[in-house]
Amino acid sequence: MHSLSVAEMAEALAQGQCTSEELTEAFLERIAQFDGALNSLVTVEPERALAQAREADARRRRSAAGPLTGVPMIHKDIFLTAGQRTTCGSRMLGDFVPPFDATIVARCAAAGLVTLGKANMDEFAMGSSNETSHFGPVRNPWDPARVPGGSSGGSAAAVAARLAPLATGSDTGGSIRQPAALCGITGLKPTYGRVSRYGMIAFASSLDQAGVFGRDAQDCALLLEAMAGFDPRDSTSVDRPVPHYAGSLNHPLSGLRIGIPAEFFGAGLDPAVGEAVEAALEVFETLGATLHPVHLPNLGLSVPTYYTLAPAEASSNLSRFDGVRYGHRCEHPANLEDLYKRSRGEGFGAEVKRRIMIGTYVLSAGYYDAYYLKAQRCRRLITEDFRRVFETVDVLAGPTAPEVAFRLGEKTDDPVKMYLSDINTIAVNLAGLPGLSLPAGFVENLPVGLQLIGPHFEEGRLLNMAHQYQRETDWHRRHPTAFA
Amino acid sequence: MEWEVVIGLEIHAQLATRSKIFSGAATRYGAAPNTQASVIDLGYPGTLPVLNEAAVRMAVKFGLAVQAHIAPRSVFARKNYFYPDLPKGYQISQFELPVVGRGHLDIDLENGERKRIGITRAHLEEDAGKSLHEDFHGLSGIDLNRAGTPLLEIVSEPDLRSAKEAVAYMKKLHALVRYLEICDGNMQEGSFRCDANVSVRRHGAERLGTRCEIKNLNSFRFVERAINHEVERQIELIESGGAVVQETRLYDSVKDQTRSMRSKEEANDYRYFPDPDLLPLVIEPAFVDAVRATLPELPDARRARFVADYGLPDYDAGVLTSTRELADYTEAVVALAPADAKLAANWVMGELAARLNEGNLDITQSRVSAAQLAGLLVRISDETISGKIAKQVFDVLWSEGGDTDAIIDRLGLRQITDTGALEAIIDQIIADNPAQRDQYRAGKDKLFGFFVGQAMKATGGKANPAQLNDLLRRKLDG
Repeated sequence: MHSLSVAEMAEALAQGQCTSEELTEAFLERIAQFDGALNSLVTVEPERALAQAREADARRRRSAAGPLTGVPMIHKDIFLTAGQRTTCGSRMLGDFVPPFDATIVARCAAAGLVTLGKANMDEFAMGSSNETSHFGPVRNPWDPARVPGGSSGGSAAAVAARLAPLATGSDTGGSIRQPAALCGITGLKPTYGRVSRYGMIAFASSLDQAGVFGRDAQDCALLLEAMAGFDPRDSTSVDRPVPHYAGSLNHPLSGLRIGIPAEFFGAGLDPAVGEAVEAALEVFETLGATLHPVHLPNLGLSVPTYYTLAPAEASSNLSRFDGVRYGHRCEHPANLEDLYKRSRGEGFGAEVKRRIMIGTYVLSAGYYDAYYLKAQRCRRLITEDFRRVFETVDVLAGPTAPEVAFRLGEKTDDPVKMYLSDINTIAVNLAGLPGLSLPAGFVENLPVGLQLIGPHFEEGRLLNMAHQYQRETDWHRRHPTAFA
Repeated sequence: MEWEVVIGLEIHAQLATRSKIFSGAATRYGAAPNTQASVIDLGYPGTLPVLNEAAVRMAVKFGLAVQAHIAPRSVFARKNYFYPDLPKGYQISQFELPVVGRGHLDIDLENGERKRIGITRAHLEEDAGKSLHEDFHGLSGIDLNRAGTPLLEIVSEPDLRSAKEAVAYMKKLHALVRYLEICDGNMQEGSFRCDANVSVRRHGAERLGTRCEIKNLNSFRFVERAINHEVERQIELIESGGAVVQETRLYDSVKDQTRSMRSKEEANDYRYFPDPDLLPLVIEPAFVDAVRATLPELPDARRARFVADYGLPDYDAGVLTSTRELADYTEAVVALAPADAKLAANWVMGELAARLNEGNLDITQSRVSAAQLAGLLVRISDETISGKIAKQVFDVLWSEGGDTDAIIDRLGLRQITDTGALEAIIDQIIADNPAQRDQYRAGKDKLFGFFVGQAMKATGGKANPAQLNDLLRRKLDG
């Protein structure tokens, strides 16, 4: 049952071939069996999941089921779940139980989706390898010695290992697309403002966007449709109708203009990854699309721009974790300053502290103009590059990550090397565009991801393309043999 | 005077919205601690601010009332610092681009001149909570009911030259926000509070002296006293060879002095940056026009109208329009007793004001309503009673209530205007006091008053004074 696509699962539920309770039990068993090796989940409450499943079954008996009612899923542990621990991968929130659901959690629940558990992640979503989690690293199902990518590494690894058919993620600089690529699944970061951020613990508010993981584009389309849409609680969410993504997957691609930015194929790219991506692009040509070399001249600014702006916002966003109202509080504080210093010193890990310090520095008097303001100007240049290029092409394509999954510990001593893992994904967040990663081949039995980037609010176009590609290929159907 | 004082005020007016500036929690004062704090006010992870449109409308209303530029695009920024009653670790405020730009307010000086005080800007921001240091056995309590309450911070230019001017400006602003119904002005509850930036320089000096900021002055009296103290302190310091250090000082109203709170070096680096959770605030001209249509008659316009329509002296009109409630009261009195607006003004500013002062009451708490006072004034104008008797009636109105005519009848206070009756009384008095009559007639004019007094005594004060004078003169002179 765990090998079914979401559409197939929904059909089986609708036909009465199985119940949500049975489906949920099956996945809970797989989690119990396999997650010890992966560490993809930080919280699993079987009874809570089964109760939701039984409710979904009851709803179906009342003929009140929607297309996803009864389908199990996983939420990244950055999304608040009322009454269920939400850690954000941090000791700071190690025992934090929120009193309300994130908007997307509530929307998934309203659609009848069942939450199996909460996915491991880099601490406060700061990382590209899932090694910064307070709850230990997540392992890549294709090779447990390697990372799954990050920060949504738990979500990606769980879906890749068939521990759940669907998962949510968040993407600030590539945190959905890069792990999707490294784990061989499909992941979509929507346009900034397409999905509510309310109840998603903030890392860098102007870049954070909630999105989806599935094994294929159709599964992603179904989940995105359930989650997306305006939320009056989020001033940056956009009041604009949500298209029927799953119903628009079969448009032919003939005449589609795909831009190939030369900058994605530069020096840091593993040639084998490059070849796999070129082969994937040829498939699109056979589907009638045309390829056009294009340039994003300011793309090289994106990593330094991002690592100025994201820490700046993070340094402020994480100030609320002060040991006063919730979260970790040090033992026996001597005074207020001691309370702050030790609570934060003990509660945050090294990468989070590094970014708080960078962010505090770039916002400080005397440095603000040189760093923060300059980075904002660079951000506008990058955004303008994309705007210009979308005047001549419909979509952009290239490798999601410059290389396949790397080994645990390989980059932990060199933050800059780690930050370069996101070189192809970061600019998309800076410009607020939708980006999708889909499986496009293997290099030495490790998955390669192809990234598609669209103009604002063209998630449907990306899903349509991915689906057409997946009708022609079977990369997305392959799964790691250890998790059969 | 050798020294020139330079003062600028930052006034925080709490906006009278029903809910907070970025959450739906209520803003009512005095609720049990932490019962009016939503997850947003508590700064829970994942929560986001949503701007309250009513607060924007009030800010624009204020901007229009001080002829200020309303920014078509303004930006909310985060002011970052750690404090236990600041739940998010930052305050959402406006920094580089405030909603209200340059405007001005005219104040009246003691010498009768008007002075224009520049308003640099006014911006929207959220208030913090309160730290409670009593009753917690060495710990501090945090009450976040006030966290997220909307404030309008109104920053003046350093145009004020004395504590008196500062108070006049603050009072004028206080009246204005209440006219506009954007702030209840309750200073005890902290709805209207002031920080003062004070410096001194020698007369004729071009450069401003080093300033000190005095924090949280919550009464007009404290503002005046704190500024005067600070000015003295600075002058003494400089004259004894020292220098003023830029710092923040706290006024201690018990000891009546200011003391240092933190120096410039200790000041926080607030690391302001635009709040990415809130889009820039875009205000369309149509919104401004709609707000303009809701503006009430403003104090200065009302004052001019009191002069033009009621024929009042400018001073009286200024006093009577100093608060919206007082002006409303006065207008109600004049509407019911239109014969003599100056008489109404005198009574409101005289007898009524004295009573209110005695009881420490404001006009809305007056025990004599506008209608009651008007009833009294009508009887003065139509000469049913004299002004002197009217004070007696007013006493009764104040202490017992009731209606002027009934009181006059009950106490028999109706003025004697019957010429025949008065003549009989006067004849009798003249007959009873032949010596005085003769002295008067011999040229001792001062004795006229003696006869008036006797006649008033005989009539119990009810003789119409003009009529009495007239008759007496005729009888004595003739």
